[in-house]
Amino acid sequence: MRLTGAQIICESLIKEGVKVMFGIPGGVLLPFYDTLPQYPKIHHILCRHEQGAAHAAEGYARACGKVGVCIATSGPGATNLVTGIASAYLDSAPMVAITGQVARPFIGKDAFQEVDITGITLPITKHNYQVMSAAEVATTVKEAFHIASTGRHGPVLIDVPSDVLIEEAEFHYPEKVSLQGYKPTLRGHPAQIKKAAKMIDEAQRPLIIAGRGVLISNGSAELKELAEKCQIPVANTLLGLGSFPGTHVLSLGMLGMHGSAHCNYAVNAADVLIAIGMRFDDRATAKVAGFAPNAQIIHIDIDPAEIGKNLKVDVPIVGDVKNVLKALNAEVEQRTHVEWVRQIDSWKKEYPPLRIRQSGSVLPQYVVRQIYEVTRGNAIIVTGVGQNQMWAALYYKYDRPNTFISSGGLGPMGFELPAAMGAKVGCPDETVWCIAGDGGFQMTIQELATIVQEKLAVKIAILNNGYLGMVRQWQELFYGRRYVATPLGGPDFVKVAEAYGIAGERVTDKKLVTGAIERAMEHAGPYLIDFQVEPEENVLPMVRKGATITEMILDKPREEAKAK
Amino acid sequence: MAKHTIIALVEDRPGVLNRVASLFRRRGFNIESIAVGHAETPGISRMTIVVDGSTVSVEQVRKQLDKLINVVRVTDITETNLIARELALVKVKSTPGTRGEIIEIVDIYRAKIVDVSLDSVVVEVTGDEDKIESLLRLLKVYGVKEIARTGRIAIQRGIAGPAIEEEKAHVRAGRGKKAVEPEA
Repeated sequence: MRLTGAQIICESLIKEGVKVMFGIPGGVLLPFYDTLPQYPKIHHILCRHEQGAAHAAEGYARACGKVGVCIATSGPGATNLVTGIASAYLDSAPMVAITGQVARPFIGKDAFQEVDITGITLPITKHNYQVMSAAEVATTVKEAFHIASTGRHGPVLIDVPSDVLIEEAEFHYPEKVSLQGYKPTLRGHPAQIKKAAKMIDEAQRPLIIAGRGVLISNGSAELKELAEKCQIPVANTLLGLGSFPGTHVLSLGMLGMHGSAHCNYAVNAADVLIAIGMRFDDRATAKVAGFAPNAQIIHIDIDPAEIGKNLKVDVPIVGDVKNVLKALNAEVEQRTHVEWVRQIDSWKKEYPPLRIRQSGSVLPQYVVRQIYEVTRGNAIIVTGVGQNQMWAALYYKYDRPNTFISSGGLGPMGFELPAAMGAKVGCPDETVWCIAGDGGFQMTIQELATIVQEKLAVKIAILNNGYLGMVRQWQELFYGRRYVATPLGGPDFVKVAEAYGIAGERVTDKKLVTGAIERAMEHAGPYLIDFQVEPEENVLPMVRKGATITEMILDKPREEAKAK
Repeated sequence: MAKHTIIALVEDRPGVLNRVASLFRRRGFNIESIAVGHAETPGISRMTIVVDGSTVSVEQVRKQLDKLINVVRVTDITETNLIARELALVKVKSTPGTRGEIIEIVDIYRAKIVDVSLDSVVVEVTGDEDKIESLLRLLKVYGVKEIARTGRIAIQRGIAGPAIEEEKAHVRAGRGKKAVEPEA
């Protein structure tokens, strides 16, 4: 069957099971968009900015586990994708980004809207391609999806010159990929697993740190089995939230820079640390030199390059988390750690997590807590970056995998709205809440139009404190309260929503928080609530810059309580 | 040993050298030398990369390189029994009076004079870096006008190629076999 390059792209996407793609057309992509109506199986969602398209693809991928697809034209379209591709790269989200390129004879001539996007995205993609003939398109798409969604997931970019889109070639979709330089290790080494099992059996104060790798490998059930069989408390990294039920008696919540105090103390006191699908990011470990000083470390990860990158470990196991945990669960002995669990409980009593101080004003923590109450912990929460992100991580308990979607590695403000949009597209039957800050929300606010056009019932909570809040918090704590360039005027968000055709309301009174959330839930379409929260509220606990994980700034009342 | 010799077998495709160079730059790995040429298998190029092990984690260099899709195999052959060579072409000032001395030195180093002109000779020398450095020191006395060096290339003695050695090292380090099929 002879088809054009554009048709081959569409046929190949369908072969890969793609039902939706996020994008914006442009000059060089016209042959592709002109072909698209021939393939009604693919739903194209027109975003309002390519950054939105890329974040939406990531949100989609992380909510439903399928590869997210975004498409942009050459030049500025392609460069606008960059932030979203980088986010997917750092958080290992499966994504295929397609960019148009100027026609082959113009490449390298600085033609109109030409940029070297494969060069630009070299360090932020798992792999990228420039397809130089229609005959290569099918194999390239096949390889791209394979690379994006196996091993350690990540974004793959395919750059397609416009004349390749109209060139004809024989279409034959390959059944298999053959990449001699890419063979991820999936099964852990049996000897290493035995060693780890012995270490776990002999541990007095074992602790699991579960990261996003557990979610990617679909290993939550195996993780739960390990924790329960050996009675090991579980701490989560930010991106690992949801991989272990947040309401489970063994759950310690989040560790790290804004981790719960009892969780950080537990990491510090543990004698065996089982790090699963996580990469010892500096936000999780704080100062590496003083991290888990008493522990022998078992590190399970699919990426061999993560072993020993940030931290020396004692028992590395390279493999897919689900596979490795299955094997490990068969080796370890049933155990209890009564003393250890009691010790952690006493820290928990001393420094109660999720405490919300008494206040007459609307506290952001309270808003998140009420969203949790009203949704009964059953929503997908998509956050921005900064304070809103940390409050959403700390004050909502995630019992199910893939219900907390947040850009942890890159941390791009403006992630929340398009990613929530993508999550809702991927999981239309789930309640999706976008928890935003007033700063980040203004960075991708234009996607409100996409939400309306696509009739996506995304619920939006803006924690509006009139500041770039996390930066302000740092200025308060470490820069003598000099608020330079952080006070933030904003528009009337309710009116903005209305202008886009979205219902909404403003909440300035604590007593009206719950009612507003309930109205949002009852409303059939998208709904925006502008919560006017306490402007100078801080995210606590907080590990000081350059300090170890136990050197935390705690809630004031708690510190006073300790002094007494 | 401070200097490590890493062999990377890579797919012979456009942009592969860029990927390797970009990785070294981005991770802050300093390359002392890199030499690229065809390997024994068609479609595969062989890169010989020398890095200073006292400034970078060679294990990280190896693993990060291995992550590149176009990189087929990476081996640190430093600890193995290897033959390392570099080729240099040196243009040395010469006069009828000094030419004889230069030829004598060149002979001692089993190097060759490959071009002679009125005021210079071109010397071709092959060997390890120490030999080349030592010859250069002697030639500098006469005035060196130009130097072109290839950087180190290396190969292991005997029959064990990098591919096999790497497989063993991989298993030894408890990382399982290189390729494991997905579980059904």
